[in-house]
Amino acid sequence: MRDLYETQRAMRNVRKAAMQRGVIAILDVGTSKIACLVLRFDGPDRLGDNDGVGSLAGQSRFRVIGAATTRSRGVRFGEIDAMQETERAIRTAVQAAQKMAEVRVDHVIACFAGARPRSYGLDGSVDVADNFVTEGDIGRVLAACDVPDFGEDRDVLHAQPVNFALDHRSGLADPRGQMGSTLATDLHLLTVDATAIRNLFFCIKRCDLELAGIASSAYVSGVSSLVEDEQELGAACIDMGGGSTSLSVFMKKHMIYSDAVRMGGDHVTGDISMGLQVPMQTAERIKTFYGGVVATGMDDREMIEIGGDTGDWERDRRTVSRAELIGIMRPRIEEILEEVRARLDAAGFEYLPSQQIVLTGGGSQIPGLDGLAAKILGQQVRLGRPLRVQGLPQAATGPAFSSSVGLALFAANPQDEWWDFDVPAETYPARSLKRAVKWFRDNW
Amino acid sequence: MRPVTRPIRDPAPSKWGYRWQRWMLTPGVRTGLRLGVPALIIAAIAGGWSMNASNRALLAERISAAQQAFQERPQFMVSGLAVSGADEELADAVASLMDTEFPVSSFDLDLNKLRDDVVALDAVAEARVRVGDAGALEINVTPRVPVAIWRTPDGLRMIDAEGVFAGDLAARVDRLDLPLIGGEGVQGHIDEALTLFRSAGPIADRMRGLVRVSGRRWNMVLEDGQQLLLPADAPVEALDRIIALHEAQDLLDRDVAIVDMRMPQRPTVRMNQEAVAATRNAATTGRIQQVGQ
Repeated sequence: MRDLYETQRAMRNVRKAAMQRGVIAILDVGTSKIACLVLRFDGPDRLGDNDGVGSLAGQSRFRVIGAATTRSRGVRFGEIDAMQETERAIRTAVQAAQKMAEVRVDHVIACFAGARPRSYGLDGSVDVADNFVTEGDIGRVLAACDVPDFGEDRDVLHAQPVNFALDHRSGLADPRGQMGSTLATDLHLLTVDATAIRNLFFCIKRCDLELAGIASSAYVSGVSSLVEDEQELGAACIDMGGGSTSLSVFMKKHMIYSDAVRMGGDHVTGDISMGLQVPMQTAERIKTFYGGVVATGMDDREMIEIGGDTGDWERDRRTVSRAELIGIMRPRIEEILEEVRARLDAAGFEYLPSQQIVLTGGGSQIPGLDGLAAKILGQQVRLGRPLRVQGLPQAATGPAFSSSVGLALFAANPQDEWWDFDVPAETYPARSLKRAVKWFRDNW
Repeated sequence: MRPVTRPIRDPAPSKWGYRWQRWMLTPGVRTGLRLGVPALIIAAIAGGWSMNASNRALLAERISAAQQAFQERPQFMVSGLAVSGADEELADAVASLMDTEFPVSSFDLDLNKLRDDVVALDAVAEARVRVGDAGALEINVTPRVPVAIWRTPDGLRMIDAEGVFAGDLAARVDRLDLPLIGGEGVQGHIDEALTLFRSAGPIADRMRGLVRVSGRRWNMVLEDGQQLLLPADAPVEALDRIIALHEAQDLLDRDVAIVDMRMPQRPTVRMNQEAVAATRNAATTGRIQQVGQ
């Protein structure tokens, strides 16, 4: 836990340095594609140290000057599987984005979808030292949260204070300076597999880049594709990616729950490939051109050439009706959505004041998906696209880029995390003494 | 023909290619390439051209021709000399220093050297040299004012208040208005000598001159070879005392060869041989007269 605290702090410092330099890269390591955006921070309020969110929801601060996408290699279920391959893919994306931006990028903020995210709701309370709440009290109350035992092999990705309560008043966003005697907080802790983070670290380091931050893809796509009232009143963002479908629940502008289903568009492609006996590339092409989830009478008559290169005329001239294709795709998509439904039920999503569901990610582009999702997830379903940011090329404005854009917004306006507050002073002496002893033992 | 499926393009840059591109995108390297490479090419071309000796000679010739054409424009030509502030003799001397022939370009005149030459003349205290209007070289001379005549083994010389020679003198009678100074090492002490001359007052008409002794003190020589030996410190006060004595007791009208004031608390008088003899005779006859205080 402490190690991660240090790592995250170091990343925050790198991020600050990158903002000072004005150029930072966004890297979305997905299963089907790797996207890289290069941001330049030179907006009107770059130097002004204003509190809160700047003009245009903070987007006026940055501008996308380079964007590149490449087919992902070596990533499965949103986790790095073959490191060399992933490294090559990252290199390709970064190089192309740099070339477009005509500037060298050294700092990267990355996000990934997989690695089995798990959410924990923590709470802690502490007596306020003075009569009013200071920054130190917030650090202390965050440190007072009792951290569950989430296992040795897992790391904390996000630890965001989502709510503060002062005496009997709850729902405070910023209790600093307020009078009270007991300060309590709710902390949302998101843990992922430690190996996934470590692999990503290593991969980015091998590309001569420095990691300036790391985020969950579910969180950042929620940031970019949920509108303000949805974030405020409660909504779930379902990012249907290639290898995993991640969902995040937002309430009062904070992520309160996140999870992922280890199924995505690639599984649909795999089903088509198996069902129609075609290679994966052909299956992918057929899915994107002719895919759908609701079959109509017209679809029975629309024949799709699925081709082949065996040299056997009968095999190479196969055709399949679109209804058959939909018949292959639909069960898998239903399965994914039902799995999502189960996760949302487990999280108690039905108790939120508003139960808006936003589908985003590359998988959400399947025609008719909103109708299917409405049947499974509830009536309030819409398809979400990411916010429009300055300088983003037209090709990168689709729902497949919601996590990249969200990461850009996250880079401009990072959410306060647990490690942004100072360690409470009383824990320092014992710790530094321990460190001194360790240093002596290591050196003599 | 059997359709050939295209192999998947997988255009990943090599690790070194990636590093190379990143290096080329580094701002310093970009600037270096944008400015450094053209500068290098220009330098190489210029260097290669000037490797040839005839090219270098041509270049030098072009430069000197252009320089000459510029310097010999009528605006820069100096056509005459005008000496002001000097008498005729000094003006001739100054003009004779100029060995250049007019007209000459003002770039070819070394005004500093010319001024140094003019100032080096004995009779010139200060000189201002400039190229004035209408192409005339104006030399404004401030002549030295002689304040005394110094008798040296080489002859008589006029000397100004700073102890600098202000010219030679053929005969003493030419400048009877100037006091005469002798001895060595007088240059730094002209002020003192002049003060002594001024304070001579009642005995000025019988004074011949001052002699510097041992570079340290003054002797005042009066007519008939009388000498007043003045101390190194406070000579004016000593002279005043002598004058007071003279006015009270006509000291200098008597048969006195030397009045020695070198020790102020013990003034001494040396008398002539005959006076000594006369005094001795008088002593024997009881007619003695006190001299001194």
